[in-house]
Amino acid sequence: MRMTRALPLMVWAALGSMSAMAQKTAVQSIEEYRAMLQDGNPADLFEAKGEDLWKQKRGPKNTSLEKCDLGKGPGVVKGAFVELPRYFADTSKVQDLESRLLTCMETLQGLNATEIAKTPFGKGEQNNVTALATWIAAESKGMKFNLPQAHAQEKAFYEVGKRLFFQRAGPHDFSCSSCHGQDNTRIRLQDLPNLTKNPGDGVGFAAWPAYRVSNGQMWGMQQRLNDCYRQQRFPYPGFASDATVALGMYLGVNSKGSASVAPAIKR
Amino acid sequence: MADPMRIRAQAAGDKTTVRVLMSHEMESGQRKDAAGKIVPAWHIQEVEAKLNGKSVMTAEWGASVSKNPFLQFNVKGAKAGDKIAVTWKDNKGDTRTDEATVS
Repeated sequence: MRMTRALPLMVWAALGSMSAMAQKTAVQSIEEYRAMLQDGNPADLFEAKGEDLWKQKRGPKNTSLEKCDLGKGPGVVKGAFVELPRYFADTSKVQDLESRLLTCMETLQGLNATEIAKTPFGKGEQNNVTALATWIAAESKGMKFNLPQAHAQEKAFYEVGKRLFFQRAGPHDFSCSSCHGQDNTRIRLQDLPNLTKNPGDGVGFAAWPAYRVSNGQMWGMQQRLNDCYRQQRFPYPGFASDATVALGMYLGVNSKGSASVAPAIKR
Repeated sequence: MADPMRIRAQAAGDKTTVRVLMSHEMESGQRKDAAGKIVPAWHIQEVEAKLNGKSVMTAEWGASVSKNPFLQFNVKGAKAGDKIAVTWKDNKGDTRTDEATVS
């Protein structure tokens, strides 16, 4: 009895998988959708805003950010994005793009970095940090990631980032690797890159900042990480905190050789 | 003052493809804020494109158009060097015009 009942089910399952093979896979359809969006990526608007902000004299000191050192010397923007996070001698810290921007905004323009870090995403100066990050990332579009690992601090941050990536905690006993530790997984229709190894060109670390069509927001890497922690039901990490920079270092070093597509467009 | 648009216009033979990216909130008037109050509608109502000052396209838009909308259309007979100007006007009376050169 049990056998006869099971048999028709198996036949249906086999037929089902055959018809699915003839159609486009879900991933292919999503790729088509993304290609359609690509031409009018509103990240362009944020890019233009970021470029203006870089050159504009602002803050109590009324200066522009044009002398900001992003790791390749004061004012050098092109190629800086694909080598961040890195160690900066002047602050004696490993910094990612967004935390470095906070330093420049404080030292050059006289803005209060602590206040900006405490501002919620999408409000006040945070919007300016995101726009700046978008433009700076865009200046390195197509270049390959090559994070420095020469300094002892840079190596330490990579190791810390790795530990954080695999650390399970929270009410769901989640870690970053719960979702990003295997190949070919997804949440609903969103592909989840395997971030424990090189996910390839334009995926994962090489795709943010990105414009999110569903909520019309521009997100930097800091907000991406913050939201990953929200989804894991962790407490929110501090903006530009060492923990987030360490995670960025882990993801960035893993992405070595991948071409950056940032600013990308997401669902 | 509204943020600038990004306009690209590319001629290929007789046909010119114009791509416009507008920066606008496009609030539908259907959403509620954290306090449960309706967020007032705020969206583009009229769009007009001009080729060398002559109107070539007009559109009436409503609340269903997305935030930061992207508009693409074709114009016949535009040549490289011609000016394409796009104007939008929203329901609060705010307006913005930007111009691009056909390449």
